[in-house]
Amino acid sequence: MHRNTFGAVVGLAAATLPLTACGGSSSSGTSGEITVFAAASLTGSFTTLGKAFEDENPGTKVTFSFGPSSGLAEQISQGAPADVFASAATKNMDQVVEAGNASEPVTFANNTMEIAVPTDNPAGVDSLDDLTNKDVKVVLCAEDVPCGVSAREVFKNAGITVTPVSNEVDVKSTLSKITLGEADAGLVYVTDVKAAGDKVSGIEIPAADNATTTYPIATLKDSKNADLAKAFVNYVLSDKGAAELATAGFSKP
Amino acid sequence: MLLPALVAALFLLLPLAGLLVRAPWTDLPQLLSEPEVFQALRLSLVCATAATGLSLFFGIPLAWILARSRRPGISVLRALVTLPLVLPPVVGGVALLVALGRRGLVGRYLDEWFGYSLPFTTTAVILAETFVAMPFLVITVEGALRTANQGLEEAAATLGSKPFATFRRITLPLIAPSLVAGSVLTWARALGEFGATITFAGNFPGTTQTMPLKIYLLIQNDPDAGIALSLVMLLVSVAALALLRDRWLSSGARL
Repeated sequence: MHRNTFGAVVGLAAATLPLTACGGSSSSGTSGEITVFAAASLTGSFTTLGKAFEDENPGTKVTFSFGPSSGLAEQISQGAPADVFASAATKNMDQVVEAGNASEPVTFANNTMEIAVPTDNPAGVDSLDDLTNKDVKVVLCAEDVPCGVSAREVFKNAGITVTPVSNEVDVKSTLSKITLGEADAGLVYVTDVKAAGDKVSGIEIPAADNATTTYPIATLKDSKNADLAKAFVNYVLSDKGAAELATAGFSKP
Repeated sequence: MLLPALVAALFLLLPLAGLLVRAPWTDLPQLLSEPEVFQALRLSLVCATAATGLSLFFGIPLAWILARSRRPGISVLRALVTLPLVLPPVVGGVALLVALGRRGLVGRYLDEWFGYSLPFTTTAVILAETFVAMPFLVITVEGALRTANQGLEEAAATLGSKPFATFRRITLPLIAPSLVAGSVLTWARALGEFGATITFAGNFPGTTQTMPLKIYLLIQNDPDAGIALSLVMLLVSVAALALLRDRWLSSGARL
């Protein structure tokens, strides 16, 4: 048993050795490794972009850590080894910039809210006003997370009061309550509706009432591979990056 | 022996010490007087107590069957009903949702026939807590029943005592200490339940938002308040353990 474990550890070390060597040998130009901290809502599009970037720049490796922007910002301020930060909220990027950890953030995408309902739409929801009906089970993100703040902004803009049955911890759990058909409707990002495919239907919110979330991206001061980090940010900002983000449902800033 | 034991004890106590040191003591009274916090604490206590009640009512008979039945398959049943002990709570929540949710195996009939759906209700919180906590009661009581002196029960039976009377007057007193210990464990586990609750019952102040849920959300925006409430939960748990220990556990079982 011990012998096996030992073997596995040695094997693992041997397997990661070439990667480490590669990353260390060339720290300039478009080669080596970077770690990108990105908001959870970017999971799909950034994974695709990362693969395309690696293909176009042989010898590079992009590793992602996806999570809530607030958590990622906190990790960066605690000294987490990251090269690029892509946030779903200006607020969290500002924190990182103020702490002196990032430089010149650029807004690369916008996201708006949409009403999501189960495909069979059991409560017959087709507008924001329907959400005020007491018989409609509405789920929202909690006010403590960005999607919850945006949802309340939409209601405020529309001048309506909505009492949800649940304040979910994040946008994904809000969406899953709708996907499973337990809730009749909820407010999530346009990109989440798109990512859910045919499991939910989206109902557009009039532009005048909608709330926009902006996504800034920046390279981090402590990056060990600043050139590669810069190259990746440029790639996200390029036409190819914009096209991939548009596919996911993000709009241009 | 001593060193690893010391490391173990330190490791278990260190996070608690951290809470004590970091807690914003001066803000505590003000935090506790906030309606949402008080509501969450009250809901936590009510639901954990209800879950313990349900566990006692249904769990004791189950423990009895598991301990005394000689039927084939009983060991498989024992393994299955203790599954929630090792199952990640969030998986328990998902399982409850697909079984009792509005579109669930059984839940859809609740909705079709009575227009009632469990998710997002206080009942759902109690059920989620019972699901994860009842196995603690079942295995504690089952263990006690196995080691209890069956000779006494048999003697009572030969003297003409009916089965339920025997159970109430002989068996229950015999396993009382384990019953108390099991109830406390069950209550404490129910009180701390998070994953199954948030998955199955959702989170709404006054209805489904228990303390662990409130703390989880507070930590994202107001860490100090989150730490303070964590401390409150710690104190409530310690108080429960201490109180029950002094009051009910004399010589027999120790927690």
